[in-house]
Amino acid sequence: MTTAAPLPALLDLARAIRAGGTSSQALTEGCLSRIRERDRSINAFITVTADAALEAARTADAELAAGRDRGPLHGIPISIKDIFDVAGLPTTAASHVRRGHVARHDATVVARLREAGTVFVGKTNLHEFALGTTNEESAYGPVHHPLDPTRSPGGSSGGSAASVLAGMAVASIGTDTGGSIRIPAAACGLVGLKPVFRDVPTQGVVPLSTSLDHVGPLCATVADAAAIFRVIADAPGFDAASPPAVPSGLRLGVPRRYFFDLLDDEVARAFDDTCVRLAAAGVVLDEVVIPHARDIAAVYLHVALTEAAAFHSRTLESQPDDYTPTVRMRLEAGRYVLAEDYIRALRGREVLRREVTAALEGHDALLLPSLAVPATPLGAATVRVSGVDEPVRNVTLRLTQLFNITGHAAITVPCGTTGAGLPIGAQLAGRSTPGLLAVAGTLESWIRGQAAGASA
Amino acid sequence: MTPDDWLESATADAGRRGLPDLRAALEGLARAAGLLRAAEWNDDDASGGNGRDAGAPAPAR
Repeated sequence: MTTAAPLPALLDLARAIRAGGTSSQALTEGCLSRIRERDRSINAFITVTADAALEAARTADAELAAGRDRGPLHGIPISIKDIFDVAGLPTTAASHVRRGHVARHDATVVARLREAGTVFVGKTNLHEFALGTTNEESAYGPVHHPLDPTRSPGGSSGGSAASVLAGMAVASIGTDTGGSIRIPAAACGLVGLKPVFRDVPTQGVVPLSTSLDHVGPLCATVADAAAIFRVIADAPGFDAASPPAVPSGLRLGVPRRYFFDLLDDEVARAFDDTCVRLAAAGVVLDEVVIPHARDIAAVYLHVALTEAAAFHSRTLESQPDDYTPTVRMRLEAGRYVLAEDYIRALRGREVLRREVTAALEGHDALLLPSLAVPATPLGAATVRVSGVDEPVRNVTLRLTQLFNITGHAAITVPCGTTGAGLPIGAQLAGRSTPGLLAVAGTLESWIRGQAAGASA
Repeated sequence: MTPDDWLESATADAGRRGLPDLRAALEGLARAAGLLRAAEWNDDDASGGNGRDAGAPAPAR
């Protein structure tokens, strides 16, 4: 078990570049060096673009020296989940099904990041086609947690999270269809943002479930997430640099029923400690109820698998053996869903959307844990929680998938560690992405337990 | 078709297609379908036997 060192914030590095304390080239060389040193054991990357990254870094340094400043991401080395098209590179989606593919164009998000001067160090490993939460089923092998190689970093954006935690990238861009940004971010002690549905374009991203797919960042701080969101989103007028307010006067809704029924003891303790810190800082915490929370998984399963099966039906027939066995079975199951049950799930989706909106009424955000258990052991089919053996997939999706169904913004922020040093995350959900980022930025130091006067 | 009937039919088809391992995933879907059908937002039916006006939304719990 390795102890996590504090991660450098993207915005601090951006300031250091401008102050002459470092350069894009030095940061990029540092990331590439750590990839060479550590990725043989972590397996976070499918493609490393060292030469192109160094060239982009030198260009960024030259532009900044010449007075052309493209903003805080200029010269920052990041990784990107290998589900986004990057012109001239394969988009593998971690599957042999995509063998031979080379993208002709950048995904919209990639183009926006490139225009902002970002340096891409490589494309990261993921759960095949993003259909899983452990990163174990990948044509390129599993990703290992940087703090404990016997554990999963979470998924499906597991390579993204591992690359940031291991210092192989300053930040990463992932996708989140049921929690695939927030789950690995929480398991790796990062901030992970799932914006409001359609705030960030998915053009050029291999879809999993088109009505549930979201794009967002994994990074060190909420301010970093806001800076990246500002570049990749269709959100004109959002000021990522606005100063945080004091937490006093904020009101959060805490949905305990259902969401706390299956929770690891150490996760529950860390979350309760977070609530105590927030209350001591003047935040009002009200218990709220999502009346149909017990139907979340049934709604999610019917929507996600049906939409995924529609996208994969042709290759399930023509290349069935190119899928990993478990992912193939999940996709095949989606082909059997009755249309009438899919319609029932869509009705349920509207009910849940109204209930989350109602729970937010009078509150600045909802607060709940991000992940019910710490990083799970690789190879485990089940995990013991609250005295019951539960399938890993069900437990890991349990607290995140609601906000994919409803489209609300959600973000995970580190809130503690287990006795063994594994990270634990707290999740905030809100109406708008800029509004949620403002609340999360205000509360971040209290959630982390770093605020002056906060209890440890 | 009830979820049980659906499960039997889907499992048989999966077996014919050489996918016996599909059964576990289909069982999960059958349980989920049962939950969806039991939810009161889906309690309208064509007979009008539940006493609600045609087209009226299901009441909130």
